Amino acid sequence: MNQPASAYFLEERHDPNETHTLSVLVQNEPGVLARVIGLFSGRGYNIESLTVSETESQKHLSRITIVTTGTPMVIQQIKHQLDRMIPVYRVVDMTLTGSSIERELAMVKVRGGGDHRVEALRLADAFRARVIDATTESFVFEITGNSSKISQFIDLMRPLGLVEVSRTGVAAITRGPEGM
Amino acid sequence: MTDKSHDPNQMTGAAMIVRALIDHGVQHVFGYPGGAVLPIYDEIFQQSEVEHILVRHEQGAGHAAEGYARSTGKPGVVLVTSGPGATNMVTPLTDALMDSIPLVCITGQVPTHLIGNDAFQECDTVGITRPATKHNWLVRDVNDLARVLHEAFYVATTGRPGPVLVDVPKDVQFATGTYHPPRKSDVHISYTPRVKGDATQIRKAVAMLANAKRPVIYSGGGVINSGPEASKLLRQLVEATGFPITSTLMGLGAYPASGPNWLGMLGMHGTYEANMSMHDCDVMLCVGARFDDRITGRVDAFSPGSKKIHIDIDPSSINKNIRVDVPIIGDAGNVLGDLLQVFKAEAKKPDIKAWWQQIAQWRARNSLSYRKNNDIILPQYAIQRLFELTRGKDTYITTEVGQHQMWAAQFFGFEEPHRWMTSGGLGTMGYGLPAAVGVQVAHPDSLVIDIAGDASVQMTIQEMSTAVQFELPIKIFILNNQYMGMVRQWQQLLHGNRLSHSYSEALPDFVKLADAYGCVGLQATKPSDLDGAIKEMIAIKRPVLFDCRVAALENCFPMIPSGKAHNEMLLPEEATDEATAKAFSGGKALV
Repeated sequence: MNQPASAYFLEERHDPNETHTLSVLVQNEPGVLARVIGLFSGRGYNIESLTVSETESQKHLSRITIVTTGTPMVIQQIKHQLDRMIPVYRVVDMTLTGSSIERELAMVKVRGGGDHRVEALRLADAFRARVIDATTESFVFEITGNSSKISQFIDLMRPLGLVEVSRTGVAAITRGPEGM
Repeated sequence: MTDKSHDPNQMTGAAMIVRALIDHGVQHVFGYPGGAVLPIYDEIFQQSEVEHILVRHEQGAGHAAEGYARSTGKPGVVLVTSGPGATNMVTPLTDALMDSIPLVCITGQVPTHLIGNDAFQECDTVGITRPATKHNWLVRDVNDLARVLHEAFYVATTGRPGPVLVDVPKDVQFATGTYHPPRKSDVHISYTPRVKGDATQIRKAVAMLANAKRPVIYSGGGVINSGPEASKLLRQLVEATGFPITSTLMGLGAYPASGPNWLGMLGMHGTYEANMSMHDCDVMLCVGARFDDRITGRVDAFSPGSKKIHIDIDPSSINKNIRVDVPIIGDAGNVLGDLLQVFKAEAKKPDIKAWWQQIAQWRARNSLSYRKNNDIILPQYAIQRLFELTRGKDTYITTEVGQHQMWAAQFFGFEEPHRWMTSGGLGTMGYGLPAAVGVQVAHPDSLVIDIAGDASVQMTIQEMSTAVQFELPIKIFILNNQYMGMVRQWQQLLHGNRLSHSYSEALPDFVKLADAYGCVGLQATKPSDLDGAIKEMIAIKRPVLFDCRVAALENCFPMIPSGKAHNEMLLPEEATDEATAKAFSGGKALV
């Protein structure tokens, strides 16, 4: 006997992925970062960038900034899953606040001479990157800005003798007088 | 300097552990000794307030504590050693996490100066159990121990309950420090589970319920976990609204199976009327359940025409699998109380006569029917007889995992909460026997039956020895079909009937095995023997292994094939080869 097909019209959802920056205030205790990272790997969530440091040593508070991608439903899940961890105080979706500032710092090492060297210095100036180390055949630039600006700078350095890059990952904070 | 030698709160870490157990009202601990917990065992030896139940394998201790917790509402406590003791606890901890069972597990650890040295019986216990617990702690300073233990009990039993683990190095157990009784400040200020539901959301929900034409209530384990009051309120809500009610595997007993509004269990092996009501309803009230894949079937075809209200204490359960219209975060009992009050004050029973007529037609399909047989015991018949012959008795049922578990859920009617212990989320074969041990420890005079399968029961059968030692008269009712029945059923339905390794070639003689353990073995092979043997089993006040020989090739229906919708159920009389092949096409990759 034939089984009836579903009697209802089914609306398939294809939600696009979104990128969100989350600020997570946690108790700074052993294993807290492992808990957060384990949550992401165990549940198959993405981490684009992760920055963590103690921010209030008296209260043992650390601030974790995570850039993640997913459908709106997944982003909501990530926030709830983080929020229910015992040492987590607050989770704030900086992207939803609509008024957050994001910055990343990178150190970029470039090696070369002649025209390439001059060109690298010229571009660094245009990007407001500072020279923090120099030899006769290399520079290390320090650049601060949002992630896309840093990526663009690195792309421009590539043909000029890019050796290596060290990036901090994203830190974020809201505008205005209120804290998270 | 003050003299601390006479301060009664000065004690060793090991003494603090036992003291904390007493302060939290713990009467029973399930455990197994080993090198890294010897100081704690020494303390246990020297007192009589906490009774220790010695198991035969640490996994048994974990499941026993789960059974204990589930049948009493109190946290189950486990004490095991470092290394293998801890790794053997990973399965029960994960099981308790999936089913939201409060467990407090204390593990020994190698001394702090050896941690990280690959010492004998060392493992990274907090690392291994981090995703298997609600929270865990490694205590490096004896003066933190009291606070951590109190916090552990608080975290395990509040909010969405779950397992926690406290890892205590051996030198911390020997060290002397200051103990303090439980106090509020012991708990992380970042942990604030929400209990009370939002009043505006509750009002919205009531308005929806009051205007429903085709409503259904779908309740789950959260109602049981909330305590007996929640089940009472759920029953009152059903009565006040006149709505039909179904439940998940974990929620059985919250509403009585004999109640007029009961549709039976829903989901993959749920009844036709329950699943069709879910599919066709216009308002769904989900209380303490989490839209698990065994419940929803095909997600995009799940109850497509309904508005959904979801009561859950865990915000991460909301919109995880299914989008809901009115989420209410809070404790099931607390929210049900408020909801009922608002409903009684502001709404009246909606007229849903037409809906009940529709449900009556679905009920008439009699989806749990099976062909009677006078020569061979059918597993469904065995459970029905077990149910009839234990009716009115003070009975607790545990199960293993597989076909027998689903038949038990379908054919054993539960009238009260906390009477049904089964591994729902993790699906742990070997859960039922040690869980029965734990239930019997908590309820020494009750009838505790593990409805088992011949394959599952062998995973933890060593705990019969525990039952004999502690004179726990558990009854292990084995539906013996000589197969891993559910594995075989899937191989038949999805893998061209190639029965790869699902047949048990060399089963033990369970009657002789019972004899070897010093308990009682019984066997029934014919339907005419069954009632007599069951009555005999109930009358025996000792542990019993009951070998119930059942039809080997019986399969569990009705069934929603993986990846199909609620209205694409396969009913037993329709499960011809052709219909089966069609129903299961495309679902192979799903679990």
